[in-house]
Amino acid sequence: MKEPERITLDLVRAHGLTEEEYKKIKDMLGRDPNFTELGIFSVMWSEHCSYKSSKPLLRMFPTSGENILIKAGEENAGVVDIGEGLAVVMKMESHNHPSAVEPFQGAATGVGGIIRDIFTMGARPIALLDSLRFGHLGNGHNRYLFSGVVGGIAAYGNCMGIPTVGGEVYFDETYEGNPLVNVMCVGVARRDNLVKARAGGLGNPVLYVGADTGRDGLGGASFASRELTEESDKDRPAVQIGDPFKEKLLLEACLELLNTGVVVGMQDMGAAGLTSSTSETASRGNSGMRIDLSLVPRREEGMIPYELMLSESQERMLVIIKRGKERETRRVFDKWDLHAVPIGEVTDDGYLTVLDKDRRVAEIPVKFLTEDAPVYMREEREPEYLGKIKDVSISTIPEPQDYDDVLKILLASPTISSKRWVYEQYDYMIRTDTVLRPGGDAAVIRIKGTEKAIALTCDGNGRYCFLDPYEGGKIAVAEAARNVVCVGAKPLAITNCLNFGNPTKPYVFWQFRRCVEGIADACGILETPVSGGNVSFYNENPKGAIDPTPVVGMLGLIEKMDFLCTPWFKKEGDLIILLGECREEIGGSEYLQLIHGLKAGQIPRLDLERERAVQNTCLEVIRAHLVSSAHDCSEGGLAVTLAECCISNSGKERGAIIELEAFPEILSIRMDALLFGETQSRILISCHPRNFLQIQRVARRNKVPCARLGVVTGDRLTIRRIKKRVLDLSLKELGEKWRKGLSHGDD
Amino acid sequence: MRFGVVVFPGSNCDYDCYYVVRDLLGEEVDFIWHKERRVEGFDCLILPGGFSYGDYLRTGAIARFSPIMRAVSGFAARGGLVIGICNGFQILLESNLLPGAMMKNKNLRFICRFVNIRVENNLTSFTNLCQIGQVLKVPIAHIDGSYYADHEIIGTLKENNQIIFRYCNEEGGLAQESNPNGSKDFIAGISNRQGNVLGLMPHPERASESILGSEDGRLIFESVVRAVKGRVK
Repeated sequence: MKEPERITLDLVRAHGLTEEEYKKIKDMLGRDPNFTELGIFSVMWSEHCSYKSSKPLLRMFPTSGENILIKAGEENAGVVDIGEGLAVVMKMESHNHPSAVEPFQGAATGVGGIIRDIFTMGARPIALLDSLRFGHLGNGHNRYLFSGVVGGIAAYGNCMGIPTVGGEVYFDETYEGNPLVNVMCVGVARRDNLVKARAGGLGNPVLYVGADTGRDGLGGASFASRELTEESDKDRPAVQIGDPFKEKLLLEACLELLNTGVVVGMQDMGAAGLTSSTSETASRGNSGMRIDLSLVPRREEGMIPYELMLSESQERMLVIIKRGKERETRRVFDKWDLHAVPIGEVTDDGYLTVLDKDRRVAEIPVKFLTEDAPVYMREEREPEYLGKIKDVSISTIPEPQDYDDVLKILLASPTISSKRWVYEQYDYMIRTDTVLRPGGDAAVIRIKGTEKAIALTCDGNGRYCFLDPYEGGKIAVAEAARNVVCVGAKPLAITNCLNFGNPTKPYVFWQFRRCVEGIADACGILETPVSGGNVSFYNENPKGAIDPTPVVGMLGLIEKMDFLCTPWFKKEGDLIILLGECREEIGGSEYLQLIHGLKAGQIPRLDLERERAVQNTCLEVIRAHLVSSAHDCSEGGLAVTLAECCISNSGKERGAIIELEAFPEILSIRMDALLFGETQSRILISCHPRNFLQIQRVARRNKVPCARLGVVTGDRLTIRRIKKRVLDLSLKELGEKWRKGLSHGDD
Repeated sequence: MRFGVVVFPGSNCDYDCYYVVRDLLGEEVDFIWHKERRVEGFDCLILPGGFSYGDYLRTGAIARFSPIMRAVSGFAARGGLVIGICNGFQILLESNLLPGAMMKNKNLRFICRFVNIRVENNLTSFTNLCQIGQVLKVPIAHIDGSYYADHEIIGTLKENNQIIFRYCNEEGGLAQESNPNGSKDFIAGISNRQGNVLGLMPHPERASESILGSEDGRLIFESVVRAVKGRVK
């Protein structure tokens, strides 16, 4: 690459900076920036690094609580206390745009990046989860994206030896051309071993560790901060190539180094590579940093300072160590056959000074790049589409003739069907702590050496948020919390990844605000503070913005292993009980979309106080060992939930007979709404008949409706209303539909 | 007795094996870094699963050149017990400590799931606590696990009773559906002719506690303990 002679406005715009932003840069510096400096500003002020459109709204999130050790935004990831001197570090991040143009590497490097965010804090990564969304599988390109993304996650995560224990996969035309790939990583550290990403101590050496720098991923942060277009394929060079083996060495070496006590601060070179890691560590440490690019290991000839500063080559870390400890540091990295090259030192002048041998190629006060980056209150307006589709009267929707067929169609739909085809490509057992494997409400990971386990899940429903972003945001949190409650865990904290369209479009920004408000309110009442997160804007395809899709990653704590609960029916003769109530709510449901082709209507209302009461009831009866199973009632409604309880324990399926007259609501609710409506705050449990009264008592105390629906028995799922058959299917048939929805029978 | 768990760059089941030996069996165990050139004071070496050298080039192809492998070969030649699990098995194949090779799974994808394997020979140091025909529930987690050997080698393996485990269904029957990766002759694990080197694709260390879904894998480690302690007496 050759440096342009002059900085023109075209060049500024090509860097994603506006004219005003450029003027601000000139004013701040009191001069024109050079080309390298322009590059540095452009990535640090990109949406991806600066959060310039989202920052003011993210302040609405509750971020403190008794379990929060490090708050959102203070470090690379939030930290939650789980007792006994242990802390959980977790974060979720998107890799949507890279995955859209190169699914395998895009997803793989997404996994690699989030893992580095966790171990830079001194935590050993113990679990990965993935929240994935694609267009319909009928389209060959979507199948290519889907299998490429799953393959990339598998290749990277499996090689790292970190189990991929959970996640979600949705298919909807809104994600056509702009798939969502959100990866969550969770680590555990001793509280006193946590490391900060700050540069301090005048003269402390700054080391470059890991892979050599190439031209890959040049300007990836700016690439992620604009819309995908039909031209985006040309951006393929902005996608990085992952080397999980190198990262595994980096992980082990860094954790080993941390144990020696020589580390002052550490940060991975992720988005915006050397630029962000140097300026952010210096900024957090209120210090400065001077580096010499001629010392940076590189794998390509003739790279200019601009390229070195902006490269997003993977598997690289910036490590600041105590002066005089170079030898110990080298010993550790030599053992793992890694570079650890001193490239500069910590200063106290507040500047990021970049040299190329004797030549000064950039000199910028670090705060200009971080705290002083522009912040915008974007214009917002309620979208017009809402007026047209919000009100759909159930009377205009024809009632299905055959409920057997409807249930079979729902179970076989890729969004609802078994995700075995996906998760069996992931090593979900390694580390021998995965006590509850993928396929349940939440994954459960035990913490060796303690009685405890943690529960993890991620949830979000773009269709809900499209129809009502506020309620949809609330539901994302509530459902995630309900999922961890169903396995016997107390919800502790969330992380999130907020996927939206172009924030300069007023309706997109309105969606964003309403979702954030919904999440904030739910987190407040359910007492699950936000420990961190990530915002991904500019998720658009040529048809417009994707459905607003906030994904919530939830951490729950199981205090004692024997509180563990699973979703499937277990014993012949157990009673089946519904906590919560059924309302006539079919708006936004999977049923309405799949059977009637409608993405419309009022989505289920969520009463947060009721939600909390249902969750408390469920947790209390699980901890009292009164229940045999618990399963959250979500997409597909009561009928799908019942079917899953019957068939999801492969090889040990259990049938059920349900008598719907147990519902007092039955007289007023239409059958399809009763079976497939997605009313919130409902959990389906099963229990020994002798425990029913006690469960009822707990529910009554919490003011939660508790209805006995039927009994676990036989090898069919039968639903009757006043002795008349509504639905009756063999488990064999249900199981086949559910298992083959995604794999089409290919093993 | 003392186990050694060899750690290659990219090994990632090393700690899982270490945990089973130390915490579940209560035996002594050390990690052995791959740059070591000597192994002394060990009764059994475990080559754990993982992606040694990123599986670049070919699984196990680079790890066989690690300094430790010469020592492992010598240890095996002197009759020491060696278990290669998954990537460890692949390294043993590349090192010619066991015959045959691995191909990609028949579905060309990584597979992680519990499978059933049948004990074909219980007269070994690794299976002396099992019954012939006993079905063990143990998980697999690999993409290159379809065992291949030519007709002649398979013949020799059979003749010398070197096939130790075969993939099977829950009842112990050999059916194509229960051969998860398409291995030749359902082979899940083999030994060398002398019977002191075992390679297997399934992960017994992941099936050594009931809370993880099976304890069957523990029989393999406990058999080793029994064999070694019996020998000392």
